[in-house]
Amino acid sequence: MNYKRIAKVILIVVFIGLIATPVILRRISARREKDLSTADIQSAINRYGVHFQEVAQSVGINFTHQAPTLDHKLDHIMPQVASMGAAVSIVDFDRDGWPDIYVTNSGEGSQNALYRNQQNGTFKDVAAEVGLADVNQAATGVSMGAIWGDYDNDGYEDVFLYKWGKPELFHNDAGRAFSRVTEKASLPSWVNANTAIWFDYDGDGKLDLFLGGYYSEDVDLWHLKNTRMMPESFEYAKNGGRKYLFHNLGNGSFEEVSQKLGIDTRRWALAAVAADLRGTGHPDLFIANDYGISELYYNDGKQFREVGKEAGVGFSPKSGMNAAIGDILNSGRYSIYVSNIAEEGVLIQGNNLWMPREGTSGDAVQYDNLARDMDVEIGGWSFGAQFGDLNNDGNLDLYLVNGYVSADRNKNYWYDFSKITGGNSKIISDAANWPAMEGRSLSGYQQKRVWLNDGSGKFVNVATAVGANDIYDGRSVALVDLWNRGVLDVVVANQKGPLLVYKNTASPDNKWIDFDLEGSASNRSAIGAQVKVFWNGKQQVQTVMGGSGFCAQNERRLHFGLGKNPRLDKVEIHWTSGRTQTLDNAVVGQVNKVKEAS
Amino acid sequence: MSETTTSSIPAAELRRPGFRFDNRYIAPLFLTFILLVSHLSYGILESYWQTGLAIVTALAVELILGRIFFGKWLNLSSAYITGISVGILVRSPAFWPFALCSAISIMSKYVLRFKGRHLWNPSNFGLSVLFFLAAETVAGLSIQWGNYVAPMLVIWVLGSVIIWRARRFHISATYVISFFAFAFLRSWITGDPWQSEIAPITGPMYQLFVFFMVTDPKTTVKTKWGQMLVVFLVAFAEFIFRLMQVVYAPFYALFIVGPTANLIEIWWQSRKANRMAETTA
Repeated sequence: MNYKRIAKVILIVVFIGLIATPVILRRISARREKDLSTADIQSAINRYGVHFQEVAQSVGINFTHQAPTLDHKLDHIMPQVASMGAAVSIVDFDRDGWPDIYVTNSGEGSQNALYRNQQNGTFKDVAAEVGLADVNQAATGVSMGAIWGDYDNDGYEDVFLYKWGKPELFHNDAGRAFSRVTEKASLPSWVNANTAIWFDYDGDGKLDLFLGGYYSEDVDLWHLKNTRMMPESFEYAKNGGRKYLFHNLGNGSFEEVSQKLGIDTRRWALAAVAADLRGTGHPDLFIANDYGISELYYNDGKQFREVGKEAGVGFSPKSGMNAAIGDILNSGRYSIYVSNIAEEGVLIQGNNLWMPREGTSGDAVQYDNLARDMDVEIGGWSFGAQFGDLNNDGNLDLYLVNGYVSADRNKNYWYDFSKITGGNSKIISDAANWPAMEGRSLSGYQQKRVWLNDGSGKFVNVATAVGANDIYDGRSVALVDLWNRGVLDVVVANQKGPLLVYKNTASPDNKWIDFDLEGSASNRSAIGAQVKVFWNGKQQVQTVMGGSGFCAQNERRLHFGLGKNPRLDKVEIHWTSGRTQTLDNAVVGQVNKVKEAS
Repeated sequence: MSETTTSSIPAAELRRPGFRFDNRYIAPLFLTFILLVSHLSYGILESYWQTGLAIVTALAVELILGRIFFGKWLNLSSAYITGISVGILVRSPAFWPFALCSAISIMSKYVLRFKGRHLWNPSNFGLSVLFFLAAETVAGLSIQWGNYVAPMLVIWVLGSVIIWRARRFHISATYVISFFAFAFLRSWITGDPWQSEIAPITGPMYQLFVFFMVTDPKTTVKTKWGQMLVVFLVAFAEFIFRLMQVVYAPFYALFIVGPTANLIEIWWQSRKANRMAETTA
């Protein structure tokens, strides 16, 4: 046998080995997933420090989302067009110290629900009696989400309701009822919006409002002039809705200033989040866009500047559907999580975890996508996600929901979807050209992800092992300590599905501390205030958010897990007024109420 | 993709005083141009590193295997085309599929041979294997040149010029005409809008497929009419796959039809040669 023949044999063996590699990797991955998915309750708590039990029905929550029925010209693709609107936000609207749940509905004539916490473990829907239920009509549009913030600083959280339709502002009348103040607030007549957040961009102590359009605002989805309302591109669409920035004038009205201040794009916004990413004292604005790149706006308090491309987050276009921030390495800096699409065999975009690069800061900060390195990349057709310390071990974990259209389990629309989305803009932008869905699923019945953070840069998905095993079409996720027990429960709004409440049983060995802030010079909701907790040589920073994730708002109260035997070193609060407050008497295992020092 | 797309161009090289340009480099240069322009304009690549990995792997494997089996350092333009094609067409957040696909593609030329000819277009083989076996990690190119008409037309025109110079325009033209005919037939059968059936060919994946994959001189049959017949059959196989709702229909169609045609041609030529030898004897 000469050397060429030997080389040929070796080559053939290596060739076969390489071809078999994907199959072997898949088997190893499947075995690992299986190992992680099998655990009983006590084993899950022992192993992961957390277990969830879905308790919605047993605590008095019986809510099922209804989708809208839009113009009949869209009948053939209705399930994918009318695919959003299930949203959840957390508020203590009556200031009784117990968090309540507001959930949106989207069917014409359907009712939104406000679940008041009865303080006895159960909830009662009081939306109708306080005037927040009957808000979904074809003439004025249907709900897509709601965010809470005390825009007039009277101590009670008001609610902004964004729709595919007329956005509405309701004033909270001392926790007893809500008054519609939309006209006084000078809000636009129609916006097809899927994201909004409260934040005080100019630090004047009054909450301002960002609102992001999805479909163009001149489209009435119930009365289409024509069918050319779809995105002009799957990755580069710029024919979506405009963005709005409403400056709070302090007298109950708002001035729209987006273009004047540098926010002027028509990408298809689906999520936004605002936080002080550079340590300037001003909240920057991150927008996740569907059918395109994300946008990052630096804010100097007076003007916004789009820097997505320079900072590294705004170059490769994907299908941004979520924006959440978290200090996942306890480094005092925020990473940004953006969800996208991953469908086996068709489209592997992968979710993005934008992490600030070591050695870069301020205006020069550079972000790297470390989703793959940290194992938080592949979800499915992903929507809402939130960071929170689910097992109180001192590291922020990540809860992600997936699933787009669950219809016929045996019929799949992906082939037709991939066919049309690859086409020219004239083809893709006209709904009439889209093949009929005919009851087929599109990334339906997908598993969720509960990624636990090991603190050293790796996350492990333990969703099924810890009880998060529903396969509804998840949209909006909110984290909240529903029963004041010192753990984060999870509330999930599902499209055309039930509102789920996952009650958390965390390991009692791990300790925690909460902060309930109230601004004085800053806005009274304290939205934008940052709390830095230093313990056992570690630190973690969190911000009070006026909306995050996908169409969601977590509890305003900030929850920090501290792990075992914590020794609290210091707590700093950075208010949006610019003041810094150091707490000497913060108590572990309690909700620490803090009013901004004057 | 095309192993040596322009290798069939007459040996004549473009000659300028003091400048010699080898026609074999037209296709690699064109592909590099497409890649850079589309990435700088539309960010089509997962990252430079992944595309770089695909190219470097293809070059390295070609160098090593060429040295071992042919005893010389081979011209790398063919391997470069394979690498850059993999770098453009593979979409995966992971790194390993880029290296694996390039390695498999190049190795297929050395392993899957019959009577001195390799049977599969290298990148078509690598991509088909990966799409089929690593679906959970790998997908095909989904990002378009903005879904706009202008960049699409520029690439169609430039690609046509290059392929005309390579005397293989008839292959691309036959495929495109066949695709449209079958698209309208599918629309009639399925009831889907005809616009949705022609939509795929307006995207970049097809441009690369039409200009650089189905035209590969090393893996197409020799006669002009044979080439046109084979590419028509590729379009027909794709038509069948599309009726079965297979996403990567064109790749799988070429994967099956191309080597089959090559084998038939090799068998036919061998039979002819034997008969001639018998007659002579």
